[in-house]
Amino acid sequence: MASTPPRQLRFDLAVIASWIKPGAHILDLGCGKGDLLAWLKEHKNIHGTGIEQDKEKAASCIERGLSVLQGDLKDEVMDYPNEYFDVVILSQTLQQVYQPDKLLKSLARIGKQVIVSFPNFSHLSIRLQLLFKGQAPKSRQLPYSWYDTPNIRIITLEDFRRFSKDVGYKIVKECAINTHDHDRSGKIVTFFSNLRATYGVFLIEKTKSS
Amino acid sequence: MLTVRKEYLTITSPETEQLLDSGLSLSPVTIAYETSGTLNEARDNVILICHAFSGDSHVAGVYEGESERQHPGWWDCMVGPGKGIDTNLYFIVCCNILGSCMGSTGPSSINPETRKPYGLDFPMVTIGDMVNSQKKVLEHLNIQQLHSVIGGSVGGMQVLEWCVRYPQMVRSAVPIATTMRHSALAIAFNEVARQAIMADPNWNKGNYYHSSYPDLGLAVARMIGHITYLSDDAMRRKFGRNLQDKEDFSFNFDADFQVESYLHYQGTKFAKRFDANSVLYITKAADYFDLADTVNTRESLQDLTGSHSKFLVISYTSDWLYPTYQAKELVQALKRTGQDVSFCEIEADCGHDAFLIPDARLTKLIRGFLNGIDAPQTTTI
Repeated sequence: MASTPPRQLRFDLAVIASWIKPGAHILDLGCGKGDLLAWLKEHKNIHGTGIEQDKEKAASCIERGLSVLQGDLKDEVMDYPNEYFDVVILSQTLQQVYQPDKLLKSLARIGKQVIVSFPNFSHLSIRLQLLFKGQAPKSRQLPYSWYDTPNIRIITLEDFRRFSKDVGYKIVKECAINTHDHDRSGKIVTFFSNLRATYGVFLIEKTKSS
Repeated sequence: MLTVRKEYLTITSPETEQLLDSGLSLSPVTIAYETSGTLNEARDNVILICHAFSGDSHVAGVYEGESERQHPGWWDCMVGPGKGIDTNLYFIVCCNILGSCMGSTGPSSINPETRKPYGLDFPMVTIGDMVNSQKKVLEHLNIQQLHSVIGGSVGGMQVLEWCVRYPQMVRSAVPIATTMRHSALAIAFNEVARQAIMADPNWNKGNYYHSSYPDLGLAVARMIGHITYLSDDAMRRKFGRNLQDKEDFSFNFDADFQVESYLHYQGTKFAKRFDANSVLYITKAADYFDLADTVNTRESLQDLTGSHSKFLVISYTSDWLYPTYQAKELVQALKRTGQDVSFCEIEADCGHDAFLIPDARLTKLIRGFLNGIDAPQTTTI
């Protein structure tokens, strides 16, 4: 890693990073410009690979010396051997995936554990907007209109807990946080998280029977 | 300005020693090569650059006493002081491939048995044979570790062959605009090129070195090559239906269109510098190239300690000779066998040849990738 200036991680990524063990083998799906991978490589000596659809972002990762594949994550996750990664990270992407159940099953095959984070659609401000304005809600985490949003899945923390059980996962860790997208700081929400958290971060793994 | 010198290594092997994949032996073998940059004390800052089909060892810089415009290296935009492949950091080696005619032994070389040029008596060589001869040059330079092996097109095939034959030497690899097996389309184009040469009456079954050369057939072969190196977009942008030095059609078979004139020019230019028999041999070597099964086997790409090369695979959107799907097949095979691989498709409308054209994106990708290759761990604490 040549001359990347040390950057502070986004708060939700910092939560994810704190869950990663040193030296782990990581796959970061939708890795963007590679901030999380670069941080983990520098501070936790991980072996990481990223997948990023955007050509320029993928190229800027490679320019930083990171191993990154430019491509569609639903195709790219297919080729890895079973349990090839210690942890697969799907950060703020689940809400944009067409077949989330299929994707999570693929991730369970290639990773021993999966970390999933997503914006919480049952946050109080969103509920109030729908209740009082009667319009599809917008927030700093979900800033798009109904017709141009890439966020085609509406997920709440409670939904995800049920969903992971249905597709054969157990939740090892979960963390509800209140932050804004580009905020470097945030706080962990302990009470009434489904109402108060802007994001949920979950560490899941396959239940033994599945 | 970087000044370089063409050097030659001649290897004479005992007759019993099988040198080539075909089972035939070839001796002596001369390989022309050029180096630039400074070899470090550990002798491990080496980057081997493999040239494409019609290239040569002159990858960068100028020969002494020549100006930059006279004879620039074929990848001078990428290789040099402070460039993407930085000669201030790395020691660069580039060898002319076996079977070529730019200094290394090929069909135009003198057969010691007959004291005449080999012609078709030259044994068929493979991409693997080319790699083996490059290894001899590295042995001669006392180099055992390669920081990276980099090459495009047929050069990319050599890169992959290096990773399979000598994984213990290769720390990283950058195959560009290439494939792990030659497709039917690529073989078809090569066969038309070969037939064009062999249909020229001057070709005389490869025995033309003491009479007129099959320049017309060779020119047509090159014209076909240039069509495959460009793309529909590139041709439309470069030529469209523009006429060459005229206002209207000539209503005869002169070159009316600019694209015709361009192909004629490229064909004639190539016939002046390249040997027709070398085209036959090198295109055949490319057609025989198929590493798909080997790359798909985990063991073939790792050394005895299980360590792997790091890969950066690059393709171009408008390359129809080795399209992106072929690069992706390579990436998939590398992933399946657990290699550390990066992949990027670059948007470019110049077709297959795009990697030879100055482009900041490729420069940045390669520079960053090379920076990210860890030095070998000499001590463990």
